[in-house]
Amino acid sequence: MANSDCPSTTTAADPERWLQDHGDYLYRYALRQLRDSVQAEDMVQETLLAAWQSVAAYTGRSAEKTWLTGILKHKIIDCLRKQLREVPVDDITALSDSPDSGIDQLFDARGHWITPPRHWGSPHKTLENRQFIEALQRCLERLKPTLARVFTLKEISGNSNEEICAELGITAGNCGVLLYRARMGLRQCLEALWSPSQTGTTD
Amino acid sequence: MLSCKDVTRKISQAQDRRLTFRERLSIRLHLLICYACRRFVKQVTILTAVSQRLLSDDSKSGAVDTLTDSARHRIRDRLQESVDRHDGKE
Repeated sequence: MANSDCPSTTTAADPERWLQDHGDYLYRYALRQLRDSVQAEDMVQETLLAAWQSVAAYTGRSAEKTWLTGILKHKIIDCLRKQLREVPVDDITALSDSPDSGIDQLFDARGHWITPPRHWGSPHKTLENRQFIEALQRCLERLKPTLARVFTLKEISGNSNEEICAELGITAGNCGVLLYRARMGLRQCLEALWSPSQTGTTD
Repeated sequence: MLSCKDVTRKISQAQDRRLTFRERLSIRLHLLICYACRRFVKQVTILTAVSQRLLSDDSKSGAVDTLTDSARHRIRDRLQESVDRHDGKE
């Protein structure tokens, strides 16, 4: 191993140290988005390999962790796209065209709420945050995988509906319905799992 | 006049695209008289904000998951292979 002839910029390029320092962080990041430990491990490996191969392009302008996370994020988006593309278009269409009894049962015949939504407090602004995040995580696990993936892809990629639909080869209408069903499913699950009063805060 | 069910659909769409003026107006009118849908709007806002945080910010998740030793070894071996191949080329 010749490391004596490596000048400044490349001295920091040590994939083993990246694994040591950032492996767990990258793993958790991938696990939250993919909800599968084997896939998350693969993503960490692919990220470190890709980082090693493109280390010359790393200017050191961003922190190492930020740089690696950026690579990981792209890998995860590719992975979600691939998983969603493997779902037959007919299945996706059926998922968005079939009646959703979970949503239908929320409303009466005139489309009014049967049970009005509850007050959730402001978990996004306060320390209750963590419990809410844990509840959301559990709800994502309970959601149909295709819905959870479309929702995750939408929220992390920052892509528009059109872009996501185009990638999946489905219509914008179907895409919108999938996201609607994902949100309604998550909302309903959170109605059951989350109660702002459980932490004793009021507002 | 939009029903509550229609409003929930439109509010979801509003997270993904800019609604037309007409759509926005009809939602506003509905929200003026419907506290249930006003709560729904708050819930969706919270859901979107927290989802984005969950999916991108490690510090608040409280997760303690770590790579298993076997995964760590496997990845290290694979990296080593790649590094060796690279060094071999020089």
